[in-house]
Amino acid sequence: MLKPMDTQYGFIGNRSHDPYVAGRDTLSKEEQDGECIFETVGEVTSPDPIISVRNCNVFYGDNQAINNVTLDVGRNEVISLIGPSGCGKSTFIRCLNRMNDTIEGARVEGDIRLDGEPIYAKEVDPVLLRARVGMVFQKPNPFPKSVYENVAYGARIHGLARSRAELDEIVFSSLERAGLYAEVKSRMDEPGTSLSGGQQQRLCIARTIAVNPEVILMDEPCSALDPIATAKIEDLIEELRQNFSIAIVTHSMQQAARVSQRTAYFHMGQLVEVGATDTVFTNPIHRLTEDYVTGRIG
Amino acid sequence: MSEESPSNSALRSSVETRKRVEASLGARYRRENRFRFFGLLAVLVSVSFVAFFFVSIISQGYTAFTQTYIQVDVYFDPDVVSPDGSRAPDVLSQVNYSRLIKDGLGSMFPEVSGRKPKQLLNRLVSNGAIYELRDRVMAEPDIIGSRESLWFLADDEIDAWFKQYSRGDDADGAARLGDAQIGWLRQLVAQGRLEQRFNTVFFTSGDSRDPEMAGIWAAAKGSFFMLVVCMSIAFPLGVAASIYLEEFAPRNRWVDLIEVNINNLAAVPSIVFGLLGLAVFINFLSLPRSAPLVGGLVLALMTLPTIIIASRSAITAVPPSIREAALGIGASPVQAVVHHVLPLAMPGMLTGAILGIARALGETAPLLMIGMVAFIVEAPQTPLDPSSALPVQIYLWADSPERAFAERTAAAIMVLLAFLLVMNATAVWLRSKYERRW
Ligand SMILES: Nc1ncnc2c1ncn2[C@@H]1O[C@H](COP(=O)(O)OP(=O)(O)OP(=O)(O)O)[C@@H](O)[C@H]1O
Ligand SMILES: [Mg+2]
Repeated sequence: MLKPMDTQYGFIGNRSHDPYVAGRDTLSKEEQDGECIFETVGEVTSPDPIISVRNCNVFYGDNQAINNVTLDVGRNEVISLIGPSGCGKSTFIRCLNRMNDTIEGARVEGDIRLDGEPIYAKEVDPVLLRARVGMVFQKPNPFPKSVYENVAYGARIHGLARSRAELDEIVFSSLERAGLYAEVKSRMDEPGTSLSGGQQQRLCIARTIAVNPEVILMDEPCSALDPIATAKIEDLIEELRQNFSIAIVTHSMQQAARVSQRTAYFHMGQLVEVGATDTVFTNPIHRLTEDYVTGRIG
Repeated sequence: MSEESPSNSALRSSVETRKRVEASLGARYRRENRFRFFGLLAVLVSVSFVAFFFVSIISQGYTAFTQTYIQVDVYFDPDVVSPDGSRAPDVLSQVNYSRLIKDGLGSMFPEVSGRKPKQLLNRLVSNGAIYELRDRVMAEPDIIGSRESLWFLADDEIDAWFKQYSRGDDADGAARLGDAQIGWLRQLVAQGRLEQRFNTVFFTSGDSRDPEMAGIWAAAKGSFFMLVVCMSIAFPLGVAASIYLEEFAPRNRWVDLIEVNINNLAAVPSIVFGLLGLAVFINFLSLPRSAPLVGGLVLALMTLPTIIIASRSAITAVPPSIREAALGIGASPVQAVVHHVLPLAMPGMLTGAILGIARALGETAPLLMIGMVAFIVEAPQTPLDPSSALPVQIYLWADSPERAFAERTAAAIMVLLAFLLVMNATAVWLRSKYERRW
């Protein structure tokens, strides 16, 4: 189990003591370029964390993409990760289900735990981990197989269904929960790639929840979608929160505000600020966060 | 924008920009037209070469698909066939059947006398005729004592004469026949005793010293066995190697070295593979010489680099998002490859493999090294029997002095081309069958 770290990572955004607070007129160039070390301000911990990340560093070869990030993802919570392009949001989220293992030269340091168990420990099987921490990618990437097969695949390889009827049940209920069943119930045998972009993304979500993971990671799931499809997925996220914990990367501040309870702002590989979504958007502590959410940088 | 900004000098008025673009247009179009012209020229040149090749091969070879037959009245003389009345197979198989043909021809041309003219007369009929007679008598011994008009293969020179004669060409001048023979032939034509038929012998028999009895069946079967051996070894090995290199191998100096070597191997002259096969399969592993098994193994070695290169590019062409999707829901790396990457890469792999093997099928040089340049009459029953191969057969016939082998060479080339055409068509078919543009 983790030692209580509240003393170290608790609320440290004391305005009178922190030099980088909102309200200062200018940021130095070093601060803008992330060449100095920020201390994360806000509420990095969560009372009931499902994932806890402590002092995480990620390197691509010699380049450091994530610098000393500490963050919790709470149970049944939606947390959004925001920040300018290239700040390391995708890199961070991919640490949580060890997708970075598949990248040549990527190296992850630090202590990352799922339900208290370190996921980078030797004895942890990334295959099992990824069944527990599902992922939805930026671009819809259904398999070039039928709609049914797309959703059934995860259940099949993990041996979740003992009979055809059970498999049907998993597939149909996952599609139902992804809000796609009505649209595709007559098209089960058509290729998943023949669906529209928004349907494909919901198919990918159905495929992920069919495995019944504990956490779902979403990397800009709506960036390729129109507002209506986006709204459907946002409704879906709200609903999925009953059963899953969700970390979502997004470039849309409105989306973050609509779907998430907590928001984390990344800047140049560092976690600058994290807190309740309303606080971060309406009353940010850090000057960089304020600049970003008010549209001055990013 | 401040005065000293470097981009400022590059900014021009839109009028100026437009002028400059227009000035450059003429030269651009000229360059484009020149490029298209040379492209078209290149295509035309290659098409005309191909056309020339096809026309010359077909015009030389099409005559080989018919063969002249000659009708002879045969009397199955009991005194010759079974002087002691025995009809036991071992007796009937020893009979001097050429006597029956000689007597038959003699009765048709009673005026011919003397040893030399009679010899010439007997040479109208192919040497193979006696085997036909023997088989006939042994199958149907009751025929002994009766008379029958039988059609026999004509000798290759007669065949050449008759083909030219039927076409209305100057057959007599071109033929290597004496006046007497031509006289007999004209007589036979007048009696309707010469006939052209479809040349089944060419497709059903093995090699022979007599062109009229030589066929490609043995060589084609040898080639087919080699194809099967080559495909069943090179394809799985090539695919496995490419998957390992592309998906699982660590990126380090050793793998780079292997990669460079594979690319180099694809360019190694084929005869070197023949030497390798001789050393490894025949001298070291003591596999039989001249066998399609060894030939197939050698061709497999030869095509392996090509298949690996083609398969790797097919794997690289599979979008990485598919792999990520599979890994993302907890497929193991092997599952991701087998379930998702491989099916998508398969058409490309198959096409590469088939084209590589089709290329190898036309190879002669490595087969010379492992003793497949043999005179093979019997078609091989298994891949371990001595055999030749189509390109080797072509090479052997092209080297033979008899004129009739020239047309057979061209015909064999046509058969080889048909073989390759079928394989390429299969590649195209497989591609369209498995390629799902989803
Ligand atoms: N596979 C990789 N190899 C090397 N460097 C990488 C790789 N992926 C990302 N990086 C680098 O890591 C840094 C963070 O990238 P990341 O993709 O995490 O950013 P991001 O916040 O997701 O950006 P975006 O919002 O544009 O998606 C960038 O500087 C990027 O160049
Ligand atoms: Mg990203």
